[in-house]
Amino acid sequence: MTEAVTRRAALLGAGATAGSLLLAGGGAQAQGKPSELRVGITTFLSGSASVFGVPAKQMAELLFEEINKAGGIGGVPVRPFFVDEAPGTDHLVGEFRRLVQNEGVQIVFASISSGSCLACTPLSDEMKKTTLLWDCGTQRIFEEAPHPYAFRTQGYGTPEVLAPLLYLLKHKPDFRTLAVINQDYAWGRDSWELWKAGMDAMKPGVRVVAEMFPRFGATDYSTEVTRLLAARPDVILSTSWGGDLVTLLRQSAERRLFERSTFVLPIAEASMQILGRTMQPGHIIGARGDHWNNHPSPKDPARLKRFVDLYRSKYNEYPIYPCHHMAQAISAMQAAYAKAIAAKGGGWPNDQELANAFRGLTFDSPTSSITLREDGQGLEDQIVGLSSFNQQYPFAVPKDMILFPAAMVSTPVGQKSVDWLKSLKPDFLNQVPAPIAG
Amino acid sequence: MATWLSENSLLLGLALLDGLAYAALVFMVAVGLNLVFGVLRIVNVAHGSLFAIGAYTAASIGLFFASRGLPAWMGYVALVLAAVAVGAVLGPLIERLLLRRIYGHEDVLQLLVTFALFMILEDVQKLVWGVQPVSQDAPLRFLGTVDIPFGDDVIPFTAYQLFVLPGIALATLIALAWFLRRTLTGRVIVAVTTDKEAATAMGIDAARIMLLTFSFGAGLAALGGALASPTTALVPGIGAQTIVLSFAVVATAGLGQIEGAALTALMIGLGRSIAVYFAPEFEVVVPYLIMVAVLLVRPQGLFGVIETRRV
Amino acid sequence: MKREPLLAALGAFALIACAWAVPWLKFILTIALAKGIAVLGILLLLRAGQVSFGHSMFLALGAYTVAFMAPTEPEVLLLLPAAALVATGFGLVIGLFLVRYRDIFFGMLNLAFAMVLYSLLEKLYAITKGTDGIRVAGLTFAGTQPERPVQEWVMFGIALGLAILFGLLVSVYLASPMGRALAGIKTRETRLEFMGVPARRVLLFAYVLSALMGGVGGALVAMTTRHVTPQIAYWTASGELVFIAILGGAGSALGPFLGATAFELVRVYAAAAVAEAWQMILGAVLLVVILFAPGGVWGLLSRRWRA
Repeated sequence: MTEAVTRRAALLGAGATAGSLLLAGGGAQAQGKPSELRVGITTFLSGSASVFGVPAKQMAELLFEEINKAGGIGGVPVRPFFVDEAPGTDHLVGEFRRLVQNEGVQIVFASISSGSCLACTPLSDEMKKTTLLWDCGTQRIFEEAPHPYAFRTQGYGTPEVLAPLLYLLKHKPDFRTLAVINQDYAWGRDSWELWKAGMDAMKPGVRVVAEMFPRFGATDYSTEVTRLLAARPDVILSTSWGGDLVTLLRQSAERRLFERSTFVLPIAEASMQILGRTMQPGHIIGARGDHWNNHPSPKDPARLKRFVDLYRSKYNEYPIYPCHHMAQAISAMQAAYAKAIAAKGGGWPNDQELANAFRGLTFDSPTSSITLREDGQGLEDQIVGLSSFNQQYPFAVPKDMILFPAAMVSTPVGQKSVDWLKSLKPDFLNQVPAPIAG
Repeated sequence: MATWLSENSLLLGLALLDGLAYAALVFMVAVGLNLVFGVLRIVNVAHGSLFAIGAYTAASIGLFFASRGLPAWMGYVALVLAAVAVGAVLGPLIERLLLRRIYGHEDVLQLLVTFALFMILEDVQKLVWGVQPVSQDAPLRFLGTVDIPFGDDVIPFTAYQLFVLPGIALATLIALAWFLRRTLTGRVIVAVTTDKEAATAMGIDAARIMLLTFSFGAGLAALGGALASPTTALVPGIGAQTIVLSFAVVATAGLGQIEGAALTALMIGLGRSIAVYFAPEFEVVVPYLIMVAVLLVRPQGLFGVIETRRV
Repeated sequence: MKREPLLAALGAFALIACAWAVPWLKFILTIALAKGIAVLGILLLLRAGQVSFGHSMFLALGAYTVAFMAPTEPEVLLLLPAAALVATGFGLVIGLFLVRYRDIFFGMLNLAFAMVLYSLLEKLYAITKGTDGIRVAGLTFAGTQPERPVQEWVMFGIALGLAILFGLLVSVYLASPMGRALAGIKTRETRLEFMGVPARRVLLFAYVLSALMGGVGGALVAMTTRHVTPQIAYWTASGELVFIAILGGAGSALGPFLGATAFELVRVYAAAAVAEAWQMILGAVLLVVILFAPGGVWGLLSRRWRA
């Protein structure tokens, strides 16, 4: 019998530990102020997407430390619980439950990967737990179903693709041929569908000379580069990121592909530091938002500088866009708690009251301010420009920037992105603001 | 077919050049795995991690050299140093501490030991080199590019891709073939591959041969990684992707067959680059289709010998 | 081994108690039971000395069957057999080809098929939604659509029931002449054929049965997580299944469930303790088990028993 006892004891032991944690977390649900504000954060800590996930986590730790030094949120210290997205959906969905039911987190920041967001958001509905979609870009989330407890504190695929497209149409209106080389996964496919819908609507007749979707995480692009060199498209679109983008651009630079075609790289920002001088000037680069280090008109320049210095002093690197997206989620959380606590006359909000506070919320980001629409989608401005080098940075930053107001490039509430993009007319270009000099 | 060929002959020519370079990289990784499998009879899942560590080490040494202002050709020294370091340090360490303890155990246990090692090394890489893409391209820049005529146009290829990669792969193949057939140690390795019991009965120190072979295989994996490092950005997870491809090569080639590995790598390289030009959707499945097709016709692999069945 | 049923009953009781005491573990345990069912298939093949390094393809087949059918046919009691049927059919077709191979060829061909399936699930974006995956929503249980807590209990119950059913089935099968012949493939296959036992047919039967259980396991995973992505077919997922088989121990039909429970719990607690290095911890656990307890958890239990 001993063995059975051992096994049962082991299980019950595990259960008991978990149970005690459960009670500790359960206390946070009470009406009074909790002893700490627990925040669950899912992010990539391993695998190829950890190039985004780890800097974001580092930024979160720095900001949480700052918040706690300043007395927490509503007097309550904040504590993050990080979860790795990499092991897959079945694990992540279990972890989401653990965060809510065991750790007793009051709010969850979910996911870099769109797949993770699509899996977690329905859980937020079921568990009635406010969830901030802090980095994923899929347009499917709010266009396919309403999610009363989910909010996206940054832009998403449609504006992030439409803004570079509009920039291209302004900058190089007479291009005739285009090739696309995207990573073979949902974002690579979705972004191409969005781009193509918008391009065909506003500039019909562009010939697509190559559509390539190399394996996600491919380590060699030499064959693809050869094909692009031979096809000589006027424009090459790539929404790739991370190691894939760095490899593609390095091989392209080495073989002078940059001299033959104009690149459009909507997610270039995160790779510019690693590429350094290998990046070539005069190509269209985006940042999934407005967060460039040389933002021409930040709302509060001192705040942006403090933000950049905070990260640089610890990690000796400039923060990349996932750091900004993390900061936006944290800033939104602070603003929403302030609003909810004020609405309750100083009392601590419950789940429903917290979610209510997010709807229509406006909060500051390191560069500007963002408003959450009635469907939960955040309105984040987009800045696109031409890669260039200056004295201040050892890597490419944009020049001749155009700031696209979020409302202009986001799909209106209640419409589907692809349908909306298809309905655009060439005169939509007249709405594009002039480039900012400098 | 004939008209298709004449219309696309130029593109096929380009695909051939790309395919050769890719095949060279595939061969470098797979041949070490195949050699190790031939002698130790262990499918080393951690081979991909050794590839990744070799690549990272080469990049680190290369970047260090560059920061000291050493000339660009030293980048090549960095590649070799990385391979030697991994082969000489990690190889014996893994063989002595882990593999030695499970020789003769069930296949599945041996496989899982290397799977466990793979999981551990994945995190070790992350702790050592971080998660941001690491890259160094001194060896690539040092040789510059070569213009290949393409109709009225020219296509620049890097000399590294055109000459260095296939050159080193070919040299490795010839050197290995010579080593295994003409030197005493090499023949002993072949003897252990073919029949370990008989070889041991004849007084061969199998333990030493296994240590040697594993370290050598580890070095080859690292060299493969080092050679890939100038053209690619190193990120977590590259090991996992490399290893599956090598598995396909080993099974297709026939166990322990280096010529088989070369031929398979060539088929995969060419098949893949032709797919990129004419049927990009099939690019990823090409290696597996080749493997299934080959094993349908030759169940023991391309160059495999049918093993005598135990009675 | 008369005490095996007793132990199984105690284990089932412990799982129920655990799921009742700690609600969030119910989900983890349901997944563990589902994976345990799939690992039973690995166990069968291990008896024959064969390691399938691509078994996750059957989980993927089961899971995607559920994902594709759920919008038109949300009834769990129909989806489960459908998933089993698809996986079994697929297992039979490729099994006819695969049972001609042994050892590394068997393992690698399984891997090749799994990787092809994985690539297709990723590539055929228009159908499978690629890596975003497909959501499984609105399942009904015998025509009813219970509230979430009830539904979680129902899923847990179904998984536990099927685990017991398949556990019994495998025990009976392994004790039968067909099951005993598997061991013959491992040791002296030629001898088996001299005795007039067709080795390929013996292996094929085991393979198809393992495919069936893989499909059921995958369907349960899909119904529990309610979101299916191609990652379920990736080779590391197959590696995990083999890992679980060894962790639990190949000596008994209880092994896979011991292993799966231990695996999921270790992973959850490792991820909670050190989110960055959970993989390293799992790897270390695996190493320790292989080096010091090659019989797995079951081996430890049964050894202590005899002592």
